[in-house]
Amino acid sequence: MVELSLPKNSKVQTGKHHAAPAGAKNVRKFKVYRYDPDTGANPRTDTYDVDMDTCGPMVLDALLKIKDEMDSTLALRRSCREGICGSCSMNIDGSNTLACLKPIEECKGEVKVYPLPHMPVVKDLVPDLTHIYAQLASIEPWLKTETPTPASGERLQSPEEREKLDGLWECILCFCCTTSCPSYWWNGDRYLGPAVLLQAARWINDSRDEATGERLDQLEDPFRLYRCHTIMNCTNTCPKGLNPAKAIGDIKKKMVERAG
Amino acid sequence: MSASTNNLRSPLGRARGLGSAKEGLHHWWAQRVTAIALVPLTLWFIISVVRMASGRTDFGYWIDSPINAAAFIAFIAVAFHHGAIGMQVVLEDYVSSHGTRIASVLLVKLVCYALAALAIVSTLIVCLGG
Repeated sequence: MVELSLPKNSKVQTGKHHAAPAGAKNVRKFKVYRYDPDTGANPRTDTYDVDMDTCGPMVLDALLKIKDEMDSTLALRRSCREGICGSCSMNIDGSNTLACLKPIEECKGEVKVYPLPHMPVVKDLVPDLTHIYAQLASIEPWLKTETPTPASGERLQSPEEREKLDGLWECILCFCCTTSCPSYWWNGDRYLGPAVLLQAARWINDSRDEATGERLDQLEDPFRLYRCHTIMNCTNTCPKGLNPAKAIGDIKKKMVERAG
Repeated sequence: MSASTNNLRSPLGRARGLGSAKEGLHHWWAQRVTAIALVPLTLWFIISVVRMASGRTDFGYWIDSPINAAAFIAFIAVAFHHGAIGMQVVLEDYVSSHGTRIASVLLVKLVCYALAALAIVSTLIVCLGG
């Protein structure tokens, strides 16, 4: 039935307080989720007073400052620090976004930082994305053709055909959208979620792909596709300004189109 | 969601699961079509009830019209069908145990279609027998 109670050891407790260095004048509080499965302890939120006069403008800058100067035990993923690798996706100030693109100034009060919601946590801000990656692999996100490669070596596409991929190819697979979706929270084992469905749409809309029907066959399922109820959290939260809800709507339209 | 220790299936194997059911379009489309059909039918029904309540017409006279009777039966059928398939989606969303989900969906459908049949038969008895 519905899970009404939290699993054992999941109640978040108040953790340690790390004070700012003496003499810091411009201090901002960061409340960060901490969890280490190896200790067997409940998760907790640690508070860090960060000296903003010596900190960069983005939440990622503050987290790296915390890790470098205040508490090296904090675990997080990050790489490009410019919103293109999708590594530092997390829940900041109540919304999923990329820490590197989120200005600290935009957060109200103390800056609350949690891992992406409803995912198993590996440690601290690092969620286990194994299942989402497997779901991405399951839609076979690559060009599928039977026609041999033309002698020119290129499969041509008109500018109009290429335009249909705009708003789809830009996805960086940070999974802010998928982990913001209540339908994915309740039925993520079978529902593919907005990020993976947007990738599916990226290949369904590709004029060079020859497996469109097969791709639609694979998606036509009450859980894989039709758990989307157009809640729109995906579109609201996407740090790249994409519209996964529209991409899913387009897939549903294509299902209707081929039926009659 | 999380991999349990006694499940050594690969992540891709788990994600693919039992494969696509190759259905869902019809259900989704029926929800939209019945929703759109209910807009005029519900408006018509509310207007009719208001007219009857204000004494401008009475039920016996109203239901004697084949147009009213047909629209009323259509309203009953569409509304209960819409309710049944809508409840199915809610149960599929929130009931995670497979057995309970199937049983509750069947029960809801049984109740909805039994009520629809009862309402339609009652209308026909009033129309034809009255």
